[in-house]
Amino acid sequence: MPRAAALSRTLVRRLRTGDEIAYLATLTFANVILLIAALLVFELWTTSALSRQRFGWGFLTGSTWDPIAGNFGALPFIYGTVVTSAVALLIGVPLGVSAAIFLAELAPPRVSDGLTFVIELLAAVPSVIYGLLGVFLLVPLMRDPVQPFLRQTLGFLPWFQGPNFGVGYLAAGVVLAVMIVPLMTSISREALLAVPRDQREAALAVGATRWEATWKVVVPYARLGIFGSVFLALARAIGETMAVTMVIGNNPNISASLFAPGYSIAAVIANEFTEATEAIHIATLIQLGLVLFALTIIINALARLLILMTTRKGTAQQ
Amino acid sequence: MLMAIDMPALRPDVSPRAPAGDSGHHPDGRPKIRVSQIHFYYGSFQALDDVSLAIGANRITALIGPSGCGKSTFLRVLNRMYETVRSARVEGSVFLDDQDALAMDVTELRRRVGMVFQKPNPFPKSIFDNVAYGLKVNGLRNRARLREAVERSLRRAALWEEVKGKLHDSAYALSGGQQQRLCIARALAVDPEVLLLDEPSSALDPIATGKIEELLFHLKQSCTIVIVTHNMQQAARIADDTGFFLMGRLIEFDKARVIFKTPARKETEDYITGRFG
Ligand SMILES: Nc1ncnc2c1ncn2[C@@H]1O[C@H](COP(=O)(O)OP(=O)(O)O)[C@@H](O)[C@H]1O
Ligand SMILES: [Mg+2]
Repeated sequence: MPRAAALSRTLVRRLRTGDEIAYLATLTFANVILLIAALLVFELWTTSALSRQRFGWGFLTGSTWDPIAGNFGALPFIYGTVVTSAVALLIGVPLGVSAAIFLAELAPPRVSDGLTFVIELLAAVPSVIYGLLGVFLLVPLMRDPVQPFLRQTLGFLPWFQGPNFGVGYLAAGVVLAVMIVPLMTSISREALLAVPRDQREAALAVGATRWEATWKVVVPYARLGIFGSVFLALARAIGETMAVTMVIGNNPNISASLFAPGYSIAAVIANEFTEATEAIHIATLIQLGLVLFALTIIINALARLLILMTTRKGTAQQ
Repeated sequence: MLMAIDMPALRPDVSPRAPAGDSGHHPDGRPKIRVSQIHFYYGSFQALDDVSLAIGANRITALIGPSGCGKSTFLRVLNRMYETVRSARVEGSVFLDDQDALAMDVTELRRRVGMVFQKPNPFPKSIFDNVAYGLKVNGLRNRARLREAVERSLRRAALWEEVKGKLHDSAYALSGGQQQRLCIARALAVDPEVLLLDEPSSALDPIATGKIEELLFHLKQSCTIVIVTHNMQQAARIADDTGFFLMGRLIEFDKARVIFKTPARKETEDYITGRFG
């Protein structure tokens, strides 16, 4: 048999098995994703050149933002993004994880399925709706009774002092928490349900109670998935624009009080981009985008480090 | 008659709380567990039909039968692991010594009646923490005493020599056979009176299987052992008593020697000689 014919026959056969096609296709898509990411950074980098040259690293530490006077500092926005995300996690993680434990471990299957359906629906609600909810429901509640109550009980802490407007870091953090809880709950629940049955039974078999088996065996076993859900939630909180801008107060000043109106990176970009006419103003907004990008990467890297540290010993990922 | 209960499935007249017949069968004269007229349901499906038998103290009782005949279900009745299945329901009685196993505190029951599963299922923790888990759950905190108990359990499970230098390594680094012995050590750590094993060596090679059989043979001095096995040779090698299940019924229960040499029932003989199942 001629050699070329034999070769092409094998090639056809190999292609037909699908392996090669799948390999080529996935390789292409993977590279496309890399390309897009690289393009993104490149674009942000070049279009922010003006701002980077003018302010240098001082941009990150500058705390005045005055487009009219031509003063641009990113710190109020970085601060606002970090603080609102932190508040969101502090409130959201305990809620989301305990809801997931309830749904996966304690609730009867029918209740669990029904609630999960609703929660997954909530995770898909557009953020502007959460923003509206924040404006019309949360902000009035924050003004009275939540923030006055906090001032009375925890007012000795710097976070709970100062004038009470309703809008501010705390309101934004709470809206973010409400937004990320469904996401965390639904992913953590999946992770808990994926824990092999024999892990729970092994714990029960030595005399653990149901709760001990859940808390000391099932939850730790699922912790990678639970961490994963937290980081996805965090990424969403950091980048959230619409809901935050509606309740944070849009005030580019740093304040220790959580009651104070503030600003976030994503919110200022969205609010000022269409109005910015000066080249330097546009460039600073783009540089803020670069900062947001970097912030996301740094936080993700830290998160991964945390996972590595907590799973290093005596564990294996299966 | 030598046997504790002669083919209980054929003796529906056994009263639920009656002592288990002739006591000459067991070395110390009393069974460790008495099961009477168990009917077991998953929802409306009946998985066990009128099963009664007595499990002799410090003996190895093997349960054999084709897949799906209810062996695992029976085992899970003995430590009430079936309670994790929502639709499960049981009728009849199970006595551990003189205590009603179906009514007693379930964590207490499971501490006294340990279980080893078909697939090795160590926790994703260190070897030490795997064995110590049950002790910690049961309230032992003292570091020195934990260490002692872990060593003793690993020795009883014939694993100590292989792992003593790496107690704080991940349990997943062990071989399948070692993992299964680790699971046995984990079960032994809380000092159970009875050890249930559900096809413990079905996922293991012959050498690992041999080690487990040998350790069970030593264990029966301190523990009562009930083992489900698919492997007829294994049952013949290690069992003192053997029960043959078929479609949810206990067809025959007798000394292993009798079951494998001169079974009373045609179904048992067919199964033993490989004619079905
Ligand atoms: N959780 C369950 N829900 C419903 N049916 C079950 C469940 N577990 C086992 N069964 C059924 O009960 C019967 C006995 O199962 P099992 O005790 O596992 O048998 P064996 O261990 O002898 O193979 C089988 O028909 C099986 O399908
Ligand atoms: Mg089975």
